[in-house]
Amino acid sequence: MSYIGKPLKRVEDARLVSGEGTYMDDLSPLPNIHHAAILRSPHAHAKIIQIHTEEAEKLPGVIGVVTGEQVAALTRPFPVGVRVPVKYYPIAVEKVRFVGEAVAVVIAKNRYIAEDALSLIKVEYKALDPVVHIEDALSEESTVLHEEVGSNIVNHRFFNYGNVEDAFKNADRVIRKKFHFPKVSATPVENYGVIANYTKSEDAYTIWANFHGPFTLHSVMTAALKVPSNRLRIITPKDIGGSYGIKSGVFPYMVLMGVVSRILGVPVKWTEDRQEHLSASSSGTDRVSWIEAAVKKDGTILGLKMKYADNVGGYIRAPEPASLYRTHSNATGAYRIKNLEVEAIAVVTNKSPTGLIRGYGGPQHYFPLERMMQIISEDLGLDVIEVIKKNLLTKEEFPYQTATGGIYDSGDYHKALNLALESIDYEGFKQKQKEAWKNGKYLGLGFACIVEPSGSNMGYITLALTPEERAKSLPKSGCSEGATVSIDPQGGITVRISTVPTGQGHETVTAQIVADALGVDPASIRVIAEMDTVTSPWSVASGSYSSRFAPIGSSAVYQAAQKVKNKLLEIAASQLNVPAEELVISDGKVSVKNDPEKGVSLKRAVGLAHWNPEGLPNGIEPGIHETAFYTLPVAKSPNEKDIVNGSVTYGFVFDAVQVEVDIETGEVKIIDYTTIHDAGKLLNPNIVEGQIMGGLAHGLGAAMYEELAYDERGQFLTGSFMDYLCPTATEIPKVTIKHIESPSPITPLGAKGLGEGNTMSAPVVLANAVTDALKPLHVSIDQLPLSPDRIWSKIHNKNTVKM
Amino acid sequence: MSNLSVQDKVKISFSINGREIEGEAEPRKLLSDFIREDLGLTGTHVGCEHGVCGSCTVLYNGKAVRSCLMFAAQADGSEIQTVEGLAVNGQEHPLQTSFTECHGLQCGFCTPGILMSSVEMLNSGEEPTTQEIKEMLSGHLCRCTGYKGIIEAIEKVCKPNACKEGEN
Repeated sequence: MSYIGKPLKRVEDARLVSGEGTYMDDLSPLPNIHHAAILRSPHAHAKIIQIHTEEAEKLPGVIGVVTGEQVAALTRPFPVGVRVPVKYYPIAVEKVRFVGEAVAVVIAKNRYIAEDALSLIKVEYKALDPVVHIEDALSEESTVLHEEVGSNIVNHRFFNYGNVEDAFKNADRVIRKKFHFPKVSATPVENYGVIANYTKSEDAYTIWANFHGPFTLHSVMTAALKVPSNRLRIITPKDIGGSYGIKSGVFPYMVLMGVVSRILGVPVKWTEDRQEHLSASSSGTDRVSWIEAAVKKDGTILGLKMKYADNVGGYIRAPEPASLYRTHSNATGAYRIKNLEVEAIAVVTNKSPTGLIRGYGGPQHYFPLERMMQIISEDLGLDVIEVIKKNLLTKEEFPYQTATGGIYDSGDYHKALNLALESIDYEGFKQKQKEAWKNGKYLGLGFACIVEPSGSNMGYITLALTPEERAKSLPKSGCSEGATVSIDPQGGITVRISTVPTGQGHETVTAQIVADALGVDPASIRVIAEMDTVTSPWSVASGSYSSRFAPIGSSAVYQAAQKVKNKLLEIAASQLNVPAEELVISDGKVSVKNDPEKGVSLKRAVGLAHWNPEGLPNGIEPGIHETAFYTLPVAKSPNEKDIVNGSVTYGFVFDAVQVEVDIETGEVKIIDYTTIHDAGKLLNPNIVEGQIMGGLAHGLGAAMYEELAYDERGQFLTGSFMDYLCPTATEIPKVTIKHIESPSPITPLGAKGLGEGNTMSAPVVLANAVTDALKPLHVSIDQLPLSPDRIWSKIHNKNTVKM
Repeated sequence: MSNLSVQDKVKISFSINGREIEGEAEPRKLLSDFIREDLGLTGTHVGCEHGVCGSCTVLYNGKAVRSCLMFAAQADGSEIQTVEGLAVNGQEHPLQTSFTECHGLQCGFCTPGILMSSVEMLNSGEEPTTQEIKEMLSGHLCRCTGYKGIIEAIEKVCKPNACKEGEN
């Protein structure tokens, strides 16, 4: 009996539907916890002249007030993977650089009093000119945010692969466009939460937080706190209320609360509120892209030049500027394009700092790339499907190495595309569209091809440095993850994982994998997903990000389970006097393959290892407790030519989406959303479906409704859920999901990551569909979200919305 | 009430999940905070404190309300039900079961609030259309599921005999 691949019900659910989930704000792990409230900057850019905290400190119930100067005295600025000397502390020091930046922390006996005290703090500011737009930040004329840097450009790299010059020389047409992708968040419904306790006797910090890695950030935090790494113990709660990358941005607050606990001598708890979250937590970058395509008349793309500038906000914060490089290895998407030039730039502006978010870099990247496929076909007078097919990789080309070094492990992109076209009746639609146009109805169909990278290689982040800069330090590679499978003396199986799930059902899938390996019922297995950096099996790459559980986390679990299995087989082999190779493990016992009557129960084999070690075969240790660490050899560090395989597996998504646009109101109605997926072997179809729908809803939100908006002075405009619009149930269209399975040849279970593909595809596929619908009106979408006012302005050629 | 200062506590008593409680709270204390902090019932979650996300939804005299938009003092004398009160004698409420069966949750943070609004809908005795279920759900934010599993879970219990196809 195999449990992998079955739609098992989730083991997490019983506690979550009954109110027994344990989230960050539910924890009270220590006595005498006091509560924090944070005073935040109302200015986008200002000098702090003086902070008056006396009145606040006098308020009964207040323990103390901490400001940036005190924090800076006890910490170092956070390290970041670029060479410019940006000083980033978890609280403003001397200057504020975005609306919502922390300026002072009040600690009081409860949150109500702490917030009362905030209103008693007086801060004198001297306002400075803000920088809001990417293109302003690129200009030397703009006000400099960080004097020590001398410019608002904090990372700038050039890449050249193949022979771009020849490609452009040999082109029949060169097509140039510019696109703008907005700043969006993923707004988990649970906000950030931290409990921090400093113990002077050990000079150590224990910090509980709904932080899910990457645990590279553990080293960033210990550097800031100036403690040896084992003096920062991070513990995560059993349940985290969603993240989609955003909660990796809680780490500055972990450091801040740690230092506040140290200064004031009490354990402190801070739970972020929604306004704080929207204004100052984390988000994706907004990006301006300039793209040039060299094409032949038949639609063959010979080469691409891409220049893009990401806005990382007021400070560049780890792991930024990785948003620029996450898609570097799949920069040419699903296409056979060997000549590529990339110019990647990160700028700082007076907006909130950015970080991981579902799709990380993908939505920004595929928006220009997949818009170009439609623009090229239009320019050449070809059907867009013809242009896509002309360039789309074929099954025979796998494994395929991209110009930048990505190694696409498996796929059948044409099969996925054909399945979509059949499913939507492409030819029939084209007829229907013509009829509709005649009747003044604007129907459109959009497509998007997305290569979905999963399981990040630690090495890709170092692309921010030049090969010469990289050569000066230890190369970075791999994607290590650990897991421990143990069996106690009574036969109880426990699995410890370090993938820090935030709702993806890792406990369930872990139980499925171990159940298969050890021949037991998954319901009998206990999975511990809480991370504790002093007891969990973790490594630098651990955590929940880049869809890494299916290709990597699950593989670590599989390997640890195999170790336990092998040990049990050896023990049984000595008991039965049969070579281990002739034994099988199933239904709670180890038996002889060719003589199933002969066997020993699992409980007996386990019991021997604990209760009677003298009966163990030579060389076998007592106890059953095996840890495995797993990485993939394809995750190598970048070479001196900037060739890197940034992810370990690459799935595929093909979207075909039909919309209708009301040209009187500018409103877009999604009629049908068809999405074809290839994520290799699917581990649990229920969870797969949920991940796809969730990722799609995020992409849809970014396409249609969501934007962290700022005015010309850098004032933040979307501080509540009344202003920052997330899709609700009534906004989700009919979605048809279909699968093909091209198992990954490089992971033990054949699985690839998924759940980010439609976050990457939905913004561009909807932009393509709207552009297609409005073809008779010559409207071309080059910015998001597709709000009615924007579309109406485009249709009526009125510049009411500034880009 | 108008003569009270911020710090003066008021006496509150109400029934929660069938149990009578008595307590004291500052007049400004939110019902959501009172339920979580004073009563220790942490199944009711707080996601926005401005009445949009719906995570803090509880039943107040049978009606689904945002407990973050009410003061604890306003609950005096009422009957409150939270997610902890849904199971009876250890038996899950049918909606709790259907949410699991239909994969109607992932992180589970929004789930208690959605369950409470769904219970109100079920208790109304009228069979909702799928559109009505979606409109009810539009008072809740879920960022994990894309709502599909949630809608199916509610349909399964609130309209068990309905044909799913063709209705929107």
